[in-house]
Amino acid sequence: MKRLKRRTLSEANLAATDRFDVVVVGAGLAGTAASYLLAKAGLSVLCVERGEDPGTKNVMGGILYRQPTEKILPGWWKDAPVERPIVEERIWLVTPDSMVQGGFRSARYGEEPYNAFSVLRVKFDKWFADQAVGAGAVLVTDTVVEDVLRENGRIVGVTTGREQGDVHGDIVIAADGVNSLLSKKAGLHPELAPHQVALVTKEIINMSREKIEDRFLLNANEGATIEVFGDSTMGMLGYGFIYTNRDSLSIGVGALLSDLIKKKINPNVLMEHFKSHPMVKRLLEGGEAKEYMAHLIPEGGAASMPPVYRQGMLVVGDAAGLSNPIYREGSNLALMSAKFAAQVCVEAHERGDFSAEMLSRYQTLLDESFIMDDLRGYSKTSSFFQGKPQFLERYPEILVDALHEFLTVDNVPKRAKQRRILRQVLSRRAPWELARDAVGALRALT
Amino acid sequence: MAEEDVNQVTPGARVEEKLYNVRFKTDEDRSHLIVLDNQLCNRCVDKPCTVFCPVTVYKWENGEHKISVSYEKCVECGACRIGCPYFNIEWKYPKGGFGVQYKFG
Ligand SMILES: Cc1cc2nc3c(=O)[nH]c(=O)nc-3n(C[C@H](O)[C@H](O)[C@H](O)COP(=O)(O)OP(=O)(O)OC[C@H]3O[C@@H](n4cnc5c(N)ncnc54)[C@H](O)[C@@H]3O)c2cc1C
Ligand code: SF4
Ligand code: SF4
Repeated sequence: MKRLKRRTLSEANLAATDRFDVVVVGAGLAGTAASYLLAKAGLSVLCVERGEDPGTKNVMGGILYRQPTEKILPGWWKDAPVERPIVEERIWLVTPDSMVQGGFRSARYGEEPYNAFSVLRVKFDKWFADQAVGAGAVLVTDTVVEDVLRENGRIVGVTTGREQGDVHGDIVIAADGVNSLLSKKAGLHPELAPHQVALVTKEIINMSREKIEDRFLLNANEGATIEVFGDSTMGMLGYGFIYTNRDSLSIGVGALLSDLIKKKINPNVLMEHFKSHPMVKRLLEGGEAKEYMAHLIPEGGAASMPPVYRQGMLVVGDAAGLSNPIYREGSNLALMSAKFAAQVCVEAHERGDFSAEMLSRYQTLLDESFIMDDLRGYSKTSSFFQGKPQFLERYPEILVDALHEFLTVDNVPKRAKQRRILRQVLSRRAPWELARDAVGALRALT
Repeated sequence: MAEEDVNQVTPGARVEEKLYNVRFKTDEDRSHLIVLDNQLCNRCVDKPCTVFCPVTVYKWENGEHKISVSYEKCVECGACRIGCPYFNIEWKYPKGGFGVQYKFG
């Protein structure tokens, strides 16, 4: 494929071409998707990114889904720098020395058009941004957007960290990620609280392709994911993950910031705890650590979302709190919200109307889609599991001990074993507590 | 102290070692993180910023009764912006193009 050169504007010509139909802040998934769609629709778009290149500030597990990404760029996976198509997803529930495993594998996922791919954001974001530039968007890197530009109380663009760095735009799209300082500057967002974010660390562990394929039972170039719940988070609400890349593993673990504060645990210590679990350690053996990273994930669901529009401005992706970590969804919400935002920008542009009322269409589109439905559910889920460490500690232990009892062959009749297991369970958790938690968990997850 | 024991890792797994692999372009002129009021830190009992920062940018200097800030190793996650109970950390992005530069992400 032809390598597209991006138009990096010098300080001087940023001021000279200082008016755009839309100014997009951030060249992550959401920002680039919006820029691409808007440029294709014929609007003039400026996308401003603070990193040296798109992607250099970004961290993701990262499993990118084929179908949602195709809503932006059909056939994207044929050209994009993807690592491996995912053919198997596993879930582990671990105690310090044992593990209960579930999983799903399908040969269908190993065939075109595939279901999901592991990606590395530094490579992917750069490629994705090239597509937006190819469609006609202007991308400026190395530039921090400092604030929105106001005239008579109206948002009319952004101010950047450059000299003469004011840029006018009819609409500003805040695609600046979980910390979204811009939406706070625009008065949309109060500060997040420590229980509304997870702090995740991640490492890249280099490993040969053959070793990865052997260890994860994969055919050549296929990928697998493992999500690890239980002892992996030292009693804090969160989980660990291991994903296969082409010739490396992505390993990560995160917990609510409020839990890390309460338990006084350093995130690197949590990472080392996770890596030292006997089942995890075995998978990493002989690998070489290549990069250590940390990033926040919005965790509050619909309940902690800011208003996502106002006159002259829309908020998309992580900046709007759109994430559903229990299902490992974030990228798809970022992309779909960008698509809705772009659609509303095009309509607003046609009418020359950038009022809050016009832009509220974006909220409506979110509300009518799966996004808000899922995120309302997620609020329920995350608030149910907060402050209930039994789900991560006691219940996995009870389950593991029951399985131990059941699967240890020791000439005890099966019926006696079942009674013994039941007695053990009930001695560790009262029936009414079990019933309450079981009903609660079911409600929270459905 | 029990707390410190929990936060021990084996040598070689310390974050200082891990940071050798991470690329930074440091703004030598200016820290993008500023602790606003030392008095507040003195009164802050747990000094959580010294624990939850994934790269231990913040350190309590006993002799000087203040927090030292090694901003050059900050990976810009934003946790300290939210996690300081007194909102005592002024948090900005590093200048455009500066700060952490991930190679994989
Ligand atoms: C450890 C981890 C694992 C994850 N795993 C998965 C997964 O496997 N699958 C999945 O679907 N989701 C996953 N997610 C969630 C997913 O990564 C996010 O939902 C997604 O990246 C959000 O995209 P975004 O474009 O909104 O924000 P981001 O990707 O964070 O992009 C924001 C961009 O804005 C730029 N920026 C910020 N402020 C400014 C400013 N003032 N001026 C200029 N530029 C600015 C940043 O540099 C960045 O490039 C994971 C998240 C984490 C942290
Ligand atoms: S958490 Fe805040 S107040 Fe406490 S020591 Fe750190 S910077 Fe100071
Ligand atoms: S932003 Fe993250 S890495 Fe940087 S100092 Fe704060 S907590 Fe540490």
